[in-house]
Amino acid sequence: MSNPQQLRYSKEHEWLSVGADGEAGVATVGITAHAADALGDVVFVQLPEVGDTVTAGETCGELESTKSVSDLYSPASGEITEVNQDVVDDPALVNSAPFEGGWLFKVKLSEEPEDLLTADEYTAFANGN
Amino acid sequence: MTESPAGGGAAPRKTALDAKHRALGATMTDFAGWDMPLRYGSEREEHLAVRSRAGLFDLSHMGEITLTGPQAGALLDHALVGNLSKLAVGRARYTMICDADGGILDDLIVYRLADEEYMVVANAANAQTVLDALRERQDDPATGERFGADVRDDRDAYALLAVQGPEAVGILRKLTDMDLDGLKYYAGQRDMVAGRSALVARTGYTGEDGFELFVSPDDALAVWEAVSAAGADAGLVPCGLSCRDTLRLEAGMPLYGHELSTGLTPFDAGLGRVVKFEKETNEGRFVGREALEAAKERARSAPPRKLVGLVATGRRVARAGYPVVAVADGTVIGEVTSGAPSPTLGKPIAMAYLDPGYAEAGTEGVAVDIRGSHEPFDVVALPFYKRG
Repeated sequence: MSNPQQLRYSKEHEWLSVGADGEAGVATVGITAHAADALGDVVFVQLPEVGDTVTAGETCGELESTKSVSDLYSPASGEITEVNQDVVDDPALVNSAPFEGGWLFKVKLSEEPEDLLTADEYTAFANGN
Repeated sequence: MTESPAGGGAAPRKTALDAKHRALGATMTDFAGWDMPLRYGSEREEHLAVRSRAGLFDLSHMGEITLTGPQAGALLDHALVGNLSKLAVGRARYTMICDADGGILDDLIVYRLADEEYMVVANAANAQTVLDALRERQDDPATGERFGADVRDDRDAYALLAVQGPEAVGILRKLTDMDLDGLKYYAGQRDMVAGRSALVARTGYTGEDGFELFVSPDDALAVWEAVSAAGADAGLVPCGLSCRDTLRLEAGMPLYGHELSTGLTPFDAGLGRVVKFEKETNEGRFVGREALEAAKERARSAPPRKLVGLVATGRRVARAGYPVVAVADGTVIGEVTSGAPSPTLGKPIAMAYLDPGYAEAGTEGVAVDIRGSHEPFDVVALPFYKRG
C-alpha cells in the first residue's frame, strides 16, 4: 500500500494528518500500513485517554499483535481530544484500513511537530528497514 | 518446534521452497537459523483455515536423523527415554532425549520405517545436539561395546511439508493411491504422492487431523504445487509458523524452549508418561535413568510447579516469561511459558507453570503481571481446544 501524499510520517511508523477534518491545530494519528504489516494481526490497542497530554517521541499506548506487543509513540505533542473507539472495539481495523478507519487518536497540537517525513521520504525510510 | 535466535550471525538457511514463499508474498522470519515463512497474509485467517478447512506448511527446518542397523532399536532405547525397540514398523512415537541429569535435551518424533531403520525428527535448533548425543551414545559405557547401528545426518535429505486440517485427508486422497484411511494417527509409510516418493506420516502440531510429507528437496516444489492445486476447492491456504504456534498452543502442545528445557525433566513438564523404565534392551539401562527415577519420586512426594492453561478475562496478552501472581498479595506463583491471542476462543490464552496450590482448574485469584498491571486469568485444564 502506498503512503498517502498528504500525510506526514514519523520514524516510529506513525502517520499524522493536520487539519484533515477542518479543525485547525488538531492532528489525526495512526500507524502506517508498513507498520501494520510488520506487526501482523493487531488484537488489542491501548490508547491514551481524552484530556491526556502526549509528548512527541514518547510512548502513549500499546499495540498488541499475535506475536508481540509494541509501544505506540506519539508523533506530536499536545492534548488528546478524541480516541477512535471503533479501533478499540475492532483492532483489526489497524490492519485493514491503517490510513482511514484504523486511525488511533486526535491531538490538539501544543507546538508544530518537528522531524516528520514526507510520504516519499517515509517510503524510502521504510523500505530501507 | 523451537523458538530461538539464530546462532552466530551466519546467513539463515533457505528451504527448497524459498522462491515459492517469496512469490506468495510471505513475511519471512529467521527461525533457529532458517529463513522461514512467518505468515503469508493474516495469521488469524491462516489459523482459522487449518481449524475449518486445511493449511499447507513448509517445515523443512525440522532435523531428520536416520538410524540403521540390527541394533538401531537398542541404541534408541539407550539414548532416548522411550521404548523404541517395541515400536511397530510403520508407526511413530512422541518421545524425548534427556541428559544424564534427566534434563530434556529435545522432544522428538521417532518413526520406525523398517525392522532396522528408524527416523528421528528433532527440533531445528536442537538437531545438532541430538545428532551429537546419538553419536556419543553409540558406545554403551556399561558394556564397553558399540551398538550395531549407524547414525546418519539426513537434514539435507528431506524437505518437510505438512497438510493440516479437516480437509487434509480429502486433499491428499486426490494425489495418492495409498490407503489413507488405514494410516492411523502416529503412523507413517513411504508411498507416492503426486508422482513423487514421500514418507507420508499422519502427524502434526496443530490439534487437527493431518499429514506430514517428507520428500526430497528436489521434489518439494512439485509436491507443494500439487497439494495447493488439489486443495484449492477445499479452501486450503499456505500457512506460516506464526499460526503453527497459535495452533499448537490451543492444542496444549509443548514447545521446546518454552514449556520444555534442559532445566526440566519430563516429570516436571507433566510428561512423565513418555519415560519408559520397563525396557527389555540393555538390561533396562538408558541415559538419565537414575535421575529420572528420582525425578519421578520427587514429583510424587514434593510436586513441582504444574503446567496449566490460563484464559484471560481481559484483552491483554500474557507473553512468555511474564510472572503469574496471586491477586490477594501479589506473590509470584508461577511463570508464563507461551501466550497468544487465541483465534478459536477469541481471547488471550497462555500456558504457565504454577505452584501446585494454584494449579487446579477453576482456582480463583490468579493474575498475570503484564508489564506492571495485574490482569486476571482463569486457570483451566489443557488443552484449550480439542477437535470434535
